Amino acid sequence: MQQMVIANRLADGAVVFLAAGDRWCTWIGDGRVLDEAEAELALATARRHEAENLVVEPSLIEVTVGDDGVPRPVAIREHIRAFGPTVGDGSTRPQVAGDNR
Amino acid sequence: MYRYDEFDHRLVAERIRQFRRQVQRRLAGELTEDQFKPLRLKNGVYLQLHAYMLRINIPYGTLSSRQLRKFAEIARKYDRGFGHFTTRQNLQFHWIKLEQVPDILEELASVEVTTIQSSGNCVRNITSDQYAGVARDELADPRVYCELLRQYSVLHPEFSYLPRKFKIAVTGSPIDRAAVAVHDIGLRLHKNAAGEIGFEVLVGGGLGRTPHVAHTIRDWIEPENVLAYVESILRVYNIHGRRDNIHKARIKIIVNQMGIDRYRELVEQDYAAGGVKPLLPTDEIERIAAYFAPPDYERLEDIDDELERLAAAEPAFGRWWKNNVAPHKQPGYAIVNVSLKAPGAVPGDITADGMDALADLADRYSFGELRVSHRQNLVLPYVRQRDLHTLWRALADLGLATPNVGLMTDVIACPGLDYCSLANARSLPVARDIGMRFVDADELAAIGPMTINISGCMNACGHHHVGNIGILGVDKRGKEFFQLTLGGSSDKNASLGDRLGPGLAQEDVPDAIRAIVDTYLDLREEGERFLDTYRRVGIEPFKQAVYGSVEEAAA
Amino acid sequence: MSGLIKNGELFDDPFTDATGSPEIPDGPVIVSLEQWKAHRDALIARGKPLGIKLRSDQSPEAIADDLAHFNVIALEFPKFRDGRAYSYARILRERLGYAKELRAVGEVLLEQLHFMMRCGFDAFVIQDPDPLGAYRKAAADYTVWYQPTGDGRPTAMALRRRKTG
Repeated sequence: MQQMVIANRLADGAVVFLAAGDRWCTWIGDGRVLDEAEAELALATARRHEAENLVVEPSLIEVTVGDDGVPRPVAIREHIRAFGPTVGDGSTRPQVAGDNR
Repeated sequence: MYRYDEFDHRLVAERIRQFRRQVQRRLAGELTEDQFKPLRLKNGVYLQLHAYMLRINIPYGTLSSRQLRKFAEIARKYDRGFGHFTTRQNLQFHWIKLEQVPDILEELASVEVTTIQSSGNCVRNITSDQYAGVARDELADPRVYCELLRQYSVLHPEFSYLPRKFKIAVTGSPIDRAAVAVHDIGLRLHKNAAGEIGFEVLVGGGLGRTPHVAHTIRDWIEPENVLAYVESILRVYNIHGRRDNIHKARIKIIVNQMGIDRYRELVEQDYAAGGVKPLLPTDEIERIAAYFAPPDYERLEDIDDELERLAAAEPAFGRWWKNNVAPHKQPGYAIVNVSLKAPGAVPGDITADGMDALADLADRYSFGELRVSHRQNLVLPYVRQRDLHTLWRALADLGLATPNVGLMTDVIACPGLDYCSLANARSLPVARDIGMRFVDADELAAIGPMTINISGCMNACGHHHVGNIGILGVDKRGKEFFQLTLGGSSDKNASLGDRLGPGLAQEDVPDAIRAIVDTYLDLREEGERFLDTYRRVGIEPFKQAVYGSVEEAAA
Repeated sequence: MSGLIKNGELFDDPFTDATGSPEIPDGPVIVSLEQWKAHRDALIARGKPLGIKLRSDQSPEAIADDLAHFNVIALEFPKFRDGRAYSYARILRERLGYAKELRAVGEVLLEQLHFMMRCGFDAFVIQDPDPLGAYRKAAADYTVWYQPTGDGRPTAMALRRRKTG
């Protein structure tokens, strides 16, 4: 099973994914896809960041990686968090690439 | 409308200063999230799926053009260019950053708007009738008492840590547009046998997981004592309300658990006992009432005949006038409902440009004032009849003149799983699909008054229990399904909807609605609204129509 | 660090909290409602200052007739979310006429001090590296409020009337 760590950034509430180098990114494509061995360790890192007041409510979510290499959350709720609301004019999609912390 | 004086301004400024300090302490780690959460909720700051959400109070739904322009500014500067009106006459921004909230609060305070207690386990925004002060059927303007209740409940030292949220609604009309029967406390202005105006007090109504219609705790109480009586209700709730289970903590639970008679006994005991009471001297009531004096109306005559002629000549105008415009107590004036439910629109959403344009129209045609309705639409309350045609043209250009207020595409929907971290399913695509399926204005008019309410979870922020058709989103093994209820209503004979059958897939909902509407059209008798026909024939014909057989529906 | 703030000053607490003790120690003690009911006469006979601590599910009506025996009534906030003691405090002060020390204990957060004061608490056990400094800052949070309570301080309505004469 493939997973990623998702959270909200404390200061601005943005949805973020744990990326390489224990940094956080807003575009799911930049995040780290984890196998089972790595998942718990990554979550522990995320919890440390929570205690350091960087992020809030980190959790592991299941993803599948498409042919385009972009991970897609399996649960609809997390899919919406990753790709934005399914209604509206598209101005509410997350930024593509960049914006790492 | 009410204008802040130095004391109101000072209290709000102190509140913002305190919250700024709390945000700093949170960001510095001096407060944990667990400690900070109730503090930020009390300032209307939620953490949702995508970002922080800020809920702004629009007390009793009354808004000035100046305030609306400030919302537009904030939408552009701090959010993504739009805002969302809710079923409790509030405004929400869904893309807010916590570190910017104190600055946003200061900007709002500069136009006398706050987010104080728009969330949290305390008394929330006092809601009322969107036609207050202008409806022909009104006995007295409820907003006077809403403002007195608002001041009374803001930062109340005894009631800031209630078992759960507390919602109060006030109506001044026998036609209850404020849905007082489904609030924690409902207040209904009416005359007693001696002809004196006072309040019927209702308690223990509410929707959510365990919906209840409120009980009458007092038939009549004089206005000077209403705050003291409300205080006693709150005190008994604060002491006896359940704190062991978040889903059993509302006042409706404890009222039904101990019975209304016992609850009344405790309240009357407290009310009669000693202590400092928040009494309302008559001159204070009059002082507040002065803020709600009618605007500088011109002395005009009704011109209904002229409007009829216009309507006949221009059917599109006629449809809008007949449906979106309500009669006004002042001759020559009209109440204009601004529909935010164009086909394909997200219910309750309006862009920053739309807000600015509407603020201009309010200045030109409505003495600079607007109202927010529980149906997630806006109202221009003071429009001269002779301006209606011009106003209609202007609204139509903005996409705000769909003639569907009170009709089936005037859908109420919570933000749902597209935005809300509590939701099980998405409500907004369902609302959009219904709006796009039923677009013919003549057909909508022929179907007549009908309410459709959509909630994305059992918290029922879409008030689905009291929709003529209620739609509840549920999660079944990771997939979204929608359960329909029929026959709900929030008027004087408030009723909760009856479950129609097993959940439907999202793509099947518009067909089901079509089948329900067709069944109604087949069965209705002269003059019957959907609700009337339903109450007469019962649920069976509708079950058949949607599920094909009663056995399937019983599954 | 926890400190007892009483009437705006930091104090060493002269009372021992005996609510968890099987034996009630000498000197001024704070007992539980259960201990009070079980040893009422003996506690009165001791002739030493006495306090009682009520849990959030224990209404002060239970000790309405005994108030004269207590120098301290402590009301517990087991979690800061549990707001029952605000009502108990007002009942004690405004209805039952209790005039001695009314102490807030348990999870007492700075943001709540102002509310507690207005409801009639005059003593607080505060957890903070600088309890007195924290208290002073929090107590000054608000200078205006809408609702009257037993503290007798003027509300916005009263201040408005003074202005208009």
